[in-house]
Amino acid sequence: MYRILQILFVALCLLISTHVVGSRAADDLGALVDQLGVAKLSDMDERISSLAKTGDAKVIPVLEALGEGELYQRKSDGKVFLVKVQGADLLLIDPVTGMEAGQAPKAAMQKVKVNNAVRRAVRSALGGLTLFSDDTSARLKAAQSMLQTPNADALDAIEAAIATEKDATVRKVLDEARAVTLLLSERSDEEKRQAITLLAKGNGRTGLAVLTSALANADAALKLDIEAAIARIEQTQAFWNAGQNVWYALSLGSVLLLAAIGLAITFGVMGIINMAHGEMVMLGAYTTFLVQEVIRNSYPGLFDWSLAIALPLAFLVTGTVGLAIERGVIRFLYGRPLETLLATWGISLILQQAVRSIFGPTNREVGNPSWMAGAFDLGGLTITWNRLWIIVFALTVFAALLFLLKKTPMGLRMRAVTQNRRMASSMGIRTPFVDALTFALGSGIAGMAGVALSQIDNVSPNLGQGYIIDSFMVVVFGGVGNLWGTLVGAFSLGILNKFLEPYAGAVLGKILVLVLIILFIQKKPRGLFALKGRAVEA
Amino acid sequence: MTIRASVTGAFLAAVLSTTAFNGAFAADDTIKVGILHSLSGTMAISETTLKDAMLMLIDEQNKKGGLLGKKLEAVVVDPASDWPLFAEKARELISVDKVSAVFGCWTSVSRKSVLPVFEELNSILFYPVQYEGEESQRNVFYTGAAPNQQAIPAVDYLMENESVERWVLAGTDYVYPRTTNKILEAYLISKGVKPEDIMINYTPFGHSDWQTIVSDIKKFGSAGKKTAVVSTINGDANVPFYKELANQGVKAEDIPVVAFSVGEEELAGLDTGPLVGHLAAWNYFQSVDTPTNAEFIKTWKAYTKNDKRVTNDPMEAHYIGFNMWLKAVEKAGTTDTDAVLDAMIGISVPNLSGGYSTMMPNHHITKPVLIGEIQGDGQFETVWETPGLVVGDEWSDYLPDSKDLISDWRAPMSCGNFNVATGKCGGKGS
Repeated sequence: MYRILQILFVALCLLISTHVVGSRAADDLGALVDQLGVAKLSDMDERISSLAKTGDAKVIPVLEALGEGELYQRKSDGKVFLVKVQGADLLLIDPVTGMEAGQAPKAAMQKVKVNNAVRRAVRSALGGLTLFSDDTSARLKAAQSMLQTPNADALDAIEAAIATEKDATVRKVLDEARAVTLLLSERSDEEKRQAITLLAKGNGRTGLAVLTSALANADAALKLDIEAAIARIEQTQAFWNAGQNVWYALSLGSVLLLAAIGLAITFGVMGIINMAHGEMVMLGAYTTFLVQEVIRNSYPGLFDWSLAIALPLAFLVTGTVGLAIERGVIRFLYGRPLETLLATWGISLILQQAVRSIFGPTNREVGNPSWMAGAFDLGGLTITWNRLWIIVFALTVFAALLFLLKKTPMGLRMRAVTQNRRMASSMGIRTPFVDALTFALGSGIAGMAGVALSQIDNVSPNLGQGYIIDSFMVVVFGGVGNLWGTLVGAFSLGILNKFLEPYAGAVLGKILVLVLIILFIQKKPRGLFALKGRAVEA
Repeated sequence: MTIRASVTGAFLAAVLSTTAFNGAFAADDTIKVGILHSLSGTMAISETTLKDAMLMLIDEQNKKGGLLGKKLEAVVVDPASDWPLFAEKARELISVDKVSAVFGCWTSVSRKSVLPVFEELNSILFYPVQYEGEESQRNVFYTGAAPNQQAIPAVDYLMENESVERWVLAGTDYVYPRTTNKILEAYLISKGVKPEDIMINYTPFGHSDWQTIVSDIKKFGSAGKKTAVVSTINGDANVPFYKELANQGVKAEDIPVVAFSVGEEELAGLDTGPLVGHLAAWNYFQSVDTPTNAEFIKTWKAYTKNDKRVTNDPMEAHYIGFNMWLKAVEKAGTTDTDAVLDAMIGISVPNLSGGYSTMMPNHHITKPVLIGEIQGDGQFETVWETPGLVVGDEWSDYLPDSKDLISDWRAPMSCGNFNVATGKCGGKGS
């Protein structure tokens, strides 16, 4: 009987004490969070680490919100809330209970200030808190932040995490993070040596950074190891850098190809010196902007599809504009290249100013769909998604165009008309009709290029001007009238440019490329792939 | 036929009404103000906004009753981003239109092109953009920032608050970035930064392929010391630069970029989500929370009839310059150039960040310096500001050529490049 009473009493005591401790913890947490609101930027570091030390899971969303700038202080009583924007108002969420706590107008709330130092502190605190999370991607993120912002105090936590980690990817990052952290700690030289060996195998920039700074205050024995490791990483990096450079060259080449491919038709195939080509690219980019604007306002869910929707539209819009230019101006000027040059230049100025008057002179925002943002690592290469897709797109457009010109009746007529107009005409081909369609096709393709270029460049009225010289350069260099020449010309210029840039700098590199092209044209005036036969003489 | 006739009729009517309108204005005695900003060509992207801002300021002043009992009249010309045309248009404004003062120019080369015209015809130019310094002219008032009002405090901030030890100075290849970087390099070395910890990189105007440079920056930043990028990259090239930074995953927490030519207007064409935390140094941000600024933004949005229009630092410079000119003309009681030039020095007007800016004897003004971080909504949040106002220093103390020069346009001295070592007026860059 007495025993039972004793157990009951103990249980009761326990219950009460946990309850008291629990509510006190909640109060403490609330107070700690509220303190974020009154802290100066320089004190924030301390406040964040004291929050992190509570080890409470509730701290995680608070810190995340702080990093994202979604933590606000109520002006009236100084209480700090997590917020979500709801129209003109803010929806308040209590940081302790995680419950909604009503709405407040923006004017009544003040944002808790954050700067880069605070964001760094949040990142490393969150890393420590989510290292043991159930979610694999959260653990991976935590491990990566441990790797990027190494902190000697976190070593024990990382080792504990390694012991329980099952996922191979996370494990790999954790191992690296442990090595990096270990170098900063006071562990034995033997352990440090192991860490150095591990880091030497990788090619990470973080590893290199940590090793270089460790070199400064290492003792003689370790110094040799570190130097060897640094040499090894630098060697692997030199190898990957060459690969990276090839990638950059391909990517630049694909951009040049895209910009030039429409011109390869209007100038290359038809022989029209089309100075308004760049403006077709610009119109394509503005079409993308308009499509995205409609999607943003009416169908936000479709944003990832915006480019797929913009492509045919841009083709239609610029194709129609091209058709109008050909029917309205150029058809009266066939065989008079100087007048064509002046007329198309005038058209380009008109189009630029028209766009400036309608959309304004400032840049317009064209967003990247999620599948075009960010980068991934391939070995030691960093490959950005938008560049990858642009290469794929450029090659696809090229292949489609080649097919159209070489394998379809329409393509046959186009080639016939441009090679021998009178003969084609006497064979019953309606040459004016074919001319108009060919010019519209060239313009339409320039418009599609504009959709892709809007992803990497400014969408402004000047967009086209930046590409017109490069486009002519590619077409002339590759050989007028030859699509393959344009392809090879674009990629060789890309490679030339990117291999000169690291040595000569961007400014001098560009000049050198131009000088080399001038020399080349002197030697081979018809470009890389000159057309042969009687057509050339016509 | 009927359509054509009615179109012609409408056109004629329009022409007639504008002439009538102009005639009515000309009959009334007005004070003319020249606006010399490119409305076409490459610089239109930045300068058109300033033209609109000036028109708004003049409009507002006319609502308050004009100046000296007369209405103000804006004369807008378009120098089309063509530097020699700037000089021609300036001459036209001063000799043909007889304007009392000109507000204009953006690039340093356009300013240099109009300087001889203003000197020869003795008129007044207000120049609203941050520039490289190393100049002080009798006929020009510089309301934008000199290097010590923008570049040097920004570098100080990074050294103190982010403990940066390694520096990338990246710029577009022309006079402003080159001079600014020369000053910064000298300043950093005087602060004990080793030359091998400074990387200087120039790119052509409108550079769009930033892959190599961004990866160089990443590589430079992995030497175990905290690295930052100081960017004097101009206008259009910034969008592809920031897009590449975002895509290659360069985070502000690791390698912050502080820019001197990126304001609210430039960010309007960008998704700033991935750029949060990168910095800019200016003397004004739209987000500055003061009643005068709120009023200014409200008027601007109403004037442009666009709720999304942003304000920026050169607009504030014009706001300050215009108000200073009004006050000086009122003080002098005339728009005569010499009288206004004398009256301008010492004039003090409210700026939009809650203080007062004063015109100094060197024709530069006092300003606070603000460091802001880019936010997800395309605005800046001030994370640091100078405790007081900073006086514009026209001749940098960190360049051997100019460290002995000072400028004072008050009566006995009246010299833009007085050499304190030799005690003579007329040093470098007279």
